[in-house]
Formats: sequence, C-alpha cells, structure tokens
Amino acid sequence: MSLHPSRRAILAGLAAGLAAPSIGRAQATARLVIVGGGFGGASAASFARRAHPELDVTLVEPQRSFVTCPYGNLVLAGRRGLDSITHSYDGLRARGVRVVHDRAAEVDPTARRIRLAGGEVLGFDRAILSPGIALRWGAIEGYDEAAAQRMPHGWVPGDGSQTRTLRRMLEEMPDGGVVGLAIPGNPFRCPPGPYERISMIAEYLRAHKPRSKILALDAKEGFSKQALFQDGWRALYGDMIEWVPASRDGKVTRVDPAAMEFETEFGTRHRVAVGNVIPPQRAADIAQPFANEGGWVPVDPVTFEARNAPGVHVVGDANAGTPMPKSGYVANSTAKQAVAAAAALLRGEAPPEPVYFNTCYSHVGPEYGISVVGVFRAGPDGIAEVSGSGGVSPRGDLPEQRRLEALYADAWYDSITGEMFG
Amino acid sequence: MLRSLGYALFLAPAFVLQAAAQTPAPLAGQGCLGCHGSAGQGQGPVAALAGRDRGEIIAAMRAFAANERPATIMNRIARGYTDAEIEAIAAWFAAQPR
Repeated sequence: MSLHPSRRAILAGLAAGLAAPSIGRAQATARLVIVGGGFGGASAASFARRAHPELDVTLVEPQRSFVTCPYGNLVLAGRRGLDSITHSYDGLRARGVRVVHDRAAEVDPTARRIRLAGGEVLGFDRAILSPGIALRWGAIEGYDEAAAQRMPHGWVPGDGSQTRTLRRMLEEMPDGGVVGLAIPGNPFRCPPGPYERISMIAEYLRAHKPRSKILALDAKEGFSKQALFQDGWRALYGDMIEWVPASRDGKVTRVDPAAMEFETEFGTRHRVAVGNVIPPQRAADIAQPFANEGGWVPVDPVTFEARNAPGVHVVGDANAGTPMPKSGYVANSTAKQAVAAAAALLRGEAPPEPVYFNTCYSHVGPEYGISVVGVFRAGPDGIAEVSGSGGVSPRGDLPEQRRLEALYADAWYDSITGEMFG
Repeated sequence: MLRSLGYALFLAPAFVLQAAAQTPAPLAGQGCLGCHGSAGQGQGPVAALAGRDRGEIIAAMRAFAANERPATIMNRIARGYTDAEIEAIAAWFAAQPR
C-alpha cells in the first residue's frame, strides 16, 4: 500500500502525538527491533521515531528503568542520589516505541528473528543490538558474582545496587582507611571513568575522611586525560591518591574478598577498607556469536552492521569501534547513524556518510571539569579521527575553563538523557 | 523579517507547523544535540541555537575553528566539520522555533 509521503508523515506524527502506537504500526513498512535500552538502544529508538516515523520500533530491555553509568561517580561522591540518574521508558512509549521488558536470548540473523527469554519471538527487517558489556568473571582470580557483593564493580549499573553498595561502603569505612581500585587494561567501557571515580571518591574523602588514601592499581601504563587528571589530583587532593601503573606492579591478578585483599602480578598484597574491582570486559552474551577473539563485535564503519551478520547493527560498548572510545556519547552517535543506515538500506538506497561525535566530560572536583572531544569519519582504513580536531582540555591554571566544563558536563547529562528518554 | 516570519507562522495550519518542527537535524549535526538539546533549545550555560541567525552560527563556527573566538570546547569541535556541514547544521538550527 502507498500513502502520499506527507500524509504518512502526518499520520505517524499524529500517532506519536496521541500515544497510539498501534496506528503507527498499522502503517509501518519495516520492523526495527532494538536490543538494549541504554545509551545506544534508547538513542536508536528515540531517533528512529523522530527521524524515520515509517519504522515500526520495538525495544527489548529487561530493566524497568535505566540507571546511567555516567554520573554514577557523582552518586559515589554524595553529590547526587540514584533517583537523579534513573530514567523511565515512558517517554519512548509515548513516542510510539513498543517497549518489551524481557531479555533477548538469541538472535537469528538469517531468519531475522530474535527469541526472548520469556518465549516471545520477534521478527525483524533490521535489528540494532546495543547490549553493552559483560564482565569477565574469573579473569581476576577470585572475582566472581559473589565477590562483587564485597568488592563491588559498579561498572554495570543494572538496578543501581552495585553503585548503592559501593557508596554505602565508602560511608561506613573509617577515616584513615584505604580505598583500593583495580582498573583493567584496554579496551573497556568508559576509558576516563575509573579516573573520574578516583576523583569523586577523593572529593568525598577529603570532606569527610581526610586521613584516608586511595590506591589505584592499574593494568595499564597510561590512561585517558591522564595529565589533566593528575594535575587536578595534585591541586585538589595533595597526596591522597596513589596511582600505580602495570610496570610498577599495578596489575591486580587475584582478590580475596574475605580478607579484603588485592594481590598484584608480582605477588604484592594490599589490604583495603573498600575494594572497587573493575574487571576486564567483553561484549554482552547476546552479541557473542558476532564477536571476535577479544570478545567485541567487528562492525562495518558506515552501517555498524556486524561483519558476519548483515542486517544486525551493533552499537554501543559491544562493538570493536576503535579508535572511538566506549562512551555514552559514541553509543548515541553511532546509534543514530545505524538507524539512518538501516532506513536507507530498507529503501534500497546507499547508507549516508557518517560523522561520529564524542565528548567525554569528567568531574575532577567541585567546579572542576575536564573533557576529551573527538570527531570521527569512515575512511578507506576504517574509522579515523578528523585530523586537527578534537583533543583534551588545555593544561594549566585555568579555573574558569574548569568551572565551565563542570557546568557543561551537567548540561550534557540533562540534554542527552532528555533526548534519549524525553 | 521577524514580523513576516511571525505572520507566516500564524497562518500556517497546525499540522504543517508540527511537520516543520519534526524535521530531524542533518546527520552531521546530530552530535550537537547531546549538549545543545534535541531541538537546539540549550541547557543551562550551553547556548540555545534554535532560532538563531544562520549566518551568525556559521560565523561563530568559523571563528571557533580558527581560534579567533574564546572557547572552552567549541574550538576543538568546530575543526571537525566541513563548511557544507556547518552551513546545513546552521540552517537547521535557524529554522527551529526559539
């Protein structure tokens, strides 16, 4: 059947406005099924309804609401409550997205079907997977799901319980204790995240437990925005923070949650009052059939389809999207491109040329923010940063720059979550 | 100019206005929305771009890219975009209701 395009757009607009998605679906020509309701999935669903109202959009997400990873560190600092970083899916429903609260169990890219744990089977014309990460339990000896109750990771928010547990432990620890962090090698979700976390824990300790120390044991030699973070740490927290790279025995290889001990590669044992273990990661289970040996999904740089599964676009932290970081903003940006590419391919057209955008703000202390910017394009050798653009905040004594970036970070959080869930 | 635009909006049937408001930003400009808001409405200290003059936005982006305008972050961003992209993005923001 064919409707005049403008009339169809109006009908779809009315359907969205009246929150009557069944009308929209009756007119729909193609089914877009999105797995995962985080930064990638919610961005895809929202953008699909705004820009391609002809698509019938279903979002599969087990959680009833979404707790963001970004700003979780501000909950640890005591600046924010979990409620302020928890988002409802009602806004997406009102846009005409069918939200199914179930877990995707299997994707069949040939038959173009997704089976849900609850038994429902969803057919699709195009699928977008944005399932996020899975933690590699056991990659650090002794670190399993039970250990994560005593030594929380706080890296997959789920229902927020991990963040809540870590915050409670910080509140309960004595002044003068050691907060230990175990930080993984690359690639992992949110490259500046562990260092913002160190900063936000330091902010809390300086105000409430100033004799305490932070021992950050890292499996790497360097990290995102390193000079800026370390400048800020010295200026704001003196010698509270000790960061130990792998070459100085920073790699944690074993943990003992009962004894509250970290053990490093060369056998040094560190007793901690609070232990935060951010373990090595891979793409979530649902994406593993499409993953490489490292556990991440190689994707086409223009459409973000899995290399071994045309029609299945994989966005967010689950893909091997280097050199782009595994960030919320990149998930948002690539999700929109994946939807636009899917819509073009469904019309029998070439996918649009992408421009991917990222900004990662980090809070280092009160009125002290820093950032890294990246603009990326697809070239003959894959995705590359646009030469001469992007980069990190300038170094130096620049209080107004830091103050503004902290405010811009807050504005980013409100704007991007508003776009995704509003 | 402003008065004639207001007059046109006044005469436009509601569904035309709705359709205009729903025209998505160019793909190259989608990255702007994560800070400047899904309709360019701005957020706190982040500038509102909706309804701003197209030429003013283009001039600002060129000045940011050339480090000729004080910037916190926009200088790093502006250098990533082509003139054609900046012109299309500026036109879209200019067409959004304030």
